[in-house]
Amino acid sequence: MTQISVRVDGASYTDEVEPRTLLVHYLREQLGKVGTVVGCDTSNCGACTVHLDGEAVKSCTVLAVQADGSEVTTIEGIAQNGGLHPMQKAFHELHGLQCGYCTPGMIMASIDLVGDNPDPSEHEVREGIEGNLCRCTGYQNIVRAVQQGAAEMRGAQQ
Amino acid sequence: MTAVEDRPATAGPAKEVGQARARKEDARLITGRTAWTDNMVLPGMLHLAVVRSPVAHAKLLSVDVEAARSAPNVVAVFTGRDLAEEQGSIPCAWPVTDTMVNPGHPSVAVDEVNHVGEAVAVIVARSKTAAQDAVELVDVDYDPLPVVLDMEQALADGAALTHDHVSTNESFRWIFESGEAGTGGSTDEAFAGAEVVVSRRFVQQRLIPAFMEPRSTVVQPQGDNFTMWSSTQVPHILRIMLAMTTGIPEHKLRVIAPDVGGGFGGKLQVTPEEVLTLLVAKRLGKPVKWTETRSESLMSAHHGRDQVQFIDIAADRDGTVRGLKVHLLADMGAYLRLVTPGVPILGAFMFPAIYKFPAYRFDCQGVFTNKTPTDAYRGAGRPEATFAIERIMDELAVELGMDPLELRRKNWIRAEEFPFTTVAGLEYDSGDYEQATRQALELLGYDELREEQRRRRESGDPVQLGIGFSTFTEMCGLAPSRVLGSLSYGAGGWEHASIRMLPTGKVEVVTGSTPHGQGHETAWSQLVADELGVPFEDVEVLHGDTAISPRGMDTYGSRSLVVGGAAVVNAAQKVVAKARTVAAHLLEASEDDLQFEGGTFSVRGTPGSGVSIQEIALATFAAHNFPDGVEPSIDADATFDPVNFSFPHGTHVCAMEVDTETGMVTIRKYACVDDVGTIVNPLIVEGQIHGGLAQGIAQALYEEAVYDDDGNLTTGTFVDYLVPSAADLPHFDTGNTVHAAPGNPIGAKGVGEAGCIASTPAVVNAALDAVRHLGVSDILMPLTPERVWRALHQGGDGGDRAPAGTNAYGGAQTETTAGVSTPESRLGGDR
Repeated sequence: MTQISVRVDGASYTDEVEPRTLLVHYLREQLGKVGTVVGCDTSNCGACTVHLDGEAVKSCTVLAVQADGSEVTTIEGIAQNGGLHPMQKAFHELHGLQCGYCTPGMIMASIDLVGDNPDPSEHEVREGIEGNLCRCTGYQNIVRAVQQGAAEMRGAQQ
Repeated sequence: MTAVEDRPATAGPAKEVGQARARKEDARLITGRTAWTDNMVLPGMLHLAVVRSPVAHAKLLSVDVEAARSAPNVVAVFTGRDLAEEQGSIPCAWPVTDTMVNPGHPSVAVDEVNHVGEAVAVIVARSKTAAQDAVELVDVDYDPLPVVLDMEQALADGAALTHDHVSTNESFRWIFESGEAGTGGSTDEAFAGAEVVVSRRFVQQRLIPAFMEPRSTVVQPQGDNFTMWSSTQVPHILRIMLAMTTGIPEHKLRVIAPDVGGGFGGKLQVTPEEVLTLLVAKRLGKPVKWTETRSESLMSAHHGRDQVQFIDIAADRDGTVRGLKVHLLADMGAYLRLVTPGVPILGAFMFPAIYKFPAYRFDCQGVFTNKTPTDAYRGAGRPEATFAIERIMDELAVELGMDPLELRRKNWIRAEEFPFTTVAGLEYDSGDYEQATRQALELLGYDELREEQRRRRESGDPVQLGIGFSTFTEMCGLAPSRVLGSLSYGAGGWEHASIRMLPTGKVEVVTGSTPHGQGHETAWSQLVADELGVPFEDVEVLHGDTAISPRGMDTYGSRSLVVGGAAVVNAAQKVVAKARTVAAHLLEASEDDLQFEGGTFSVRGTPGSGVSIQEIALATFAAHNFPDGVEPSIDADATFDPVNFSFPHGTHVCAMEVDTETGMVTIRKYACVDDVGTIVNPLIVEGQIHGGLAQGIAQALYEEAVYDDDGNLTTGTFVDYLVPSAADLPHFDTGNTVHAAPGNPIGAKGVGEAGCIASTPAVVNAALDAVRHLGVSDILMPLTPERVWRALHQGGDGGDRAPAGTNAYGGAQTETTAGVSTPESRLGGDR
């Protein structure tokens, strides 16, 4: 077992983990951060996407020990001032989800995308989230939601 | 009409039905506060891992679990022999013929394995990782048997057998002949008298539902009672079937479907893993959880489609259709699961589609192979039928030199002919195929694209353009119980609802429909808000728990709104009727003098008088001042059983670019106009269409479950099984026409499967339209660049992709395996 210290969604944790423990399993099983989910075992689906020191990562491709000393943000930690993050709000308003299983990862990936490209075109959104699979929506409303979320994030920064 | 007549000043809020309400259920889903089954943790909970067969067909000589049993943190290990007495057989609820062969389906193999991925032992450990580690320690001695993969070979004389103890690979043969059924003429006579016959063989490749949430089951034993949480579409059906299978009495079982992450038919099942989790929890008296990995899911959860279709169409030279013959080989896989044999039979009635065939013959053989069982996948039988008819209509058009749309128009049912009884014996309810088609062509910009197609052809552009149609209908709203009975289905098709009026005026709606992403909580709230005149926010929808919602038939077959929503409306109307009696008492008026509007009863012609239904709820709770002889409750139940299916229809048009140099196909534009009857929530309806389109297009272009010649699934991960990403799909232009369904109080027809049923042939027809002038008349699905290129440059239908050399279950791609294929594997193993 190895000791790690991580800040997750604004709180600090110190835990013993097996060296082989994936970050997503640490989040779910040791911290109870079950908002982040597992959808595949080959890093294709992106359902487990979180932010590691501000960058989107698939938390099934990161070992918990690699997150030692880092700051992790999950879907449970992005609310702003007690309200929804603009991207959460946009997914809700534009029906960018159905079963909702891919949604935490999709929202985390989208926020990261908008961080890199504050005003993405439809094509750029489609390319930008291609590492996250959704089986329900056909993506059209997700794309619209990401663009609306981006617009609101731009507004919030001004 | 004047404004005053439009809306009296006293009217309540605008109608909820028809509003694009953002969904209630999103609040938990977008914040990560969702109750997925795998999130559950119970004190003392143990974890299961399943040891699965790596061979497709073998005798089990021995299963040595001693090493696994003594591994750290392993609590128990069970083999098929340990559970043989109590595991029963996975139930098949749809024996389609009296003579149907069912080999029986143990949850964990006892003597023989019949497909790769079949369970051979179960590890129980303190943690998931300990259980998974111990899987490697189980030593199984397999004695290989011949592997049956190809349906046509499986039916040949002297073929090897899928099951050692069953003497045939044919599960059933099911025939419908309109001449015998009295729904049309003799098909043979119709063909004999026709001027043109076109015959084709189409392949419906095997697909995998690939819901995003892997399946998960938790069982908590409490004395001789058991509570199961499962990622299922069908908690009610599951409870009944588990009771029948395991002998645990039905009233001792409670099944809960918490938040469920998609299903698409893939979670319409009683799974071996659900049975095993229950049996292990019972044996050990401890809570137990099983959660699958994605590769387990792709390998062992049921697959869909997988048919070979022999289609003959007869017509006169002027394009008038005379008859249709369908011969299907439907791959059951190794076992019959819940509705495996019924899936192709659901399609049996839809091959004639919207066309006025005078004669029709359908002949289906269900065939066993050593592959994962097939069962429902979005559309279940109807996408297969729609593909075949819409493809053969194009082939007939080519043969006759007619425009494909003109041929369709010449033969389809006209708007004034509804209700129309088809040659398959179904009564289509309502619609207007011409109107939907006209709108779809406008949405697409049809004339401009046809002109561009002409230009590209003339200039010999390496990127050719094609336009493909699918003018489809489907039977939805499963279903009238009597019809299901006549088809030997093991249950009815009604749905139940109850409405509970709480003292504070809030409303609980209990529904037997079980959502897994469709938005029932929102749509049902809209229905009830209108019926009761209460605010949308005051309605809570309860579902998916056999203790809370005791009666239900669950969600599949585009039935929830059409059947379940109708039950909700009927229950709400009963609540209003009961409240009216109370209102009359409180207002000291006759019931006949009361009007009910905007949630308030008032005496006609007496402004200012009135009592709201929410106030009546409180008065009923107190029951201090109640009419004599009336029970103090305004709650109500309703069970709705439709007398007919509903028949959504629509026209889908795809414009496709085909790069003749690379074989790459790109959807240039996709437009569709669907008639799903009355629309309760346009946001949800559009979302359902989008999602269906994605899956239908994915069948045409991306997805295929491939087996190698040993029966290994070589598309066993998302690396190889190509669920499309956002970058792989186009923007969709969607529209609606509305012809209300006459068969239910809402007028809805069902929307869950429409996009998936309609889109696949439109896409393939479009690709073929782009390259027909280059000598291509068919391309096997999915239309990979390799297949398209081969069809263009080598002729034929593009052939199969080589199943060897993937990095899926069969091992990593290496220089030595890349592109290697045996003669057998070049056939794809399965066709």
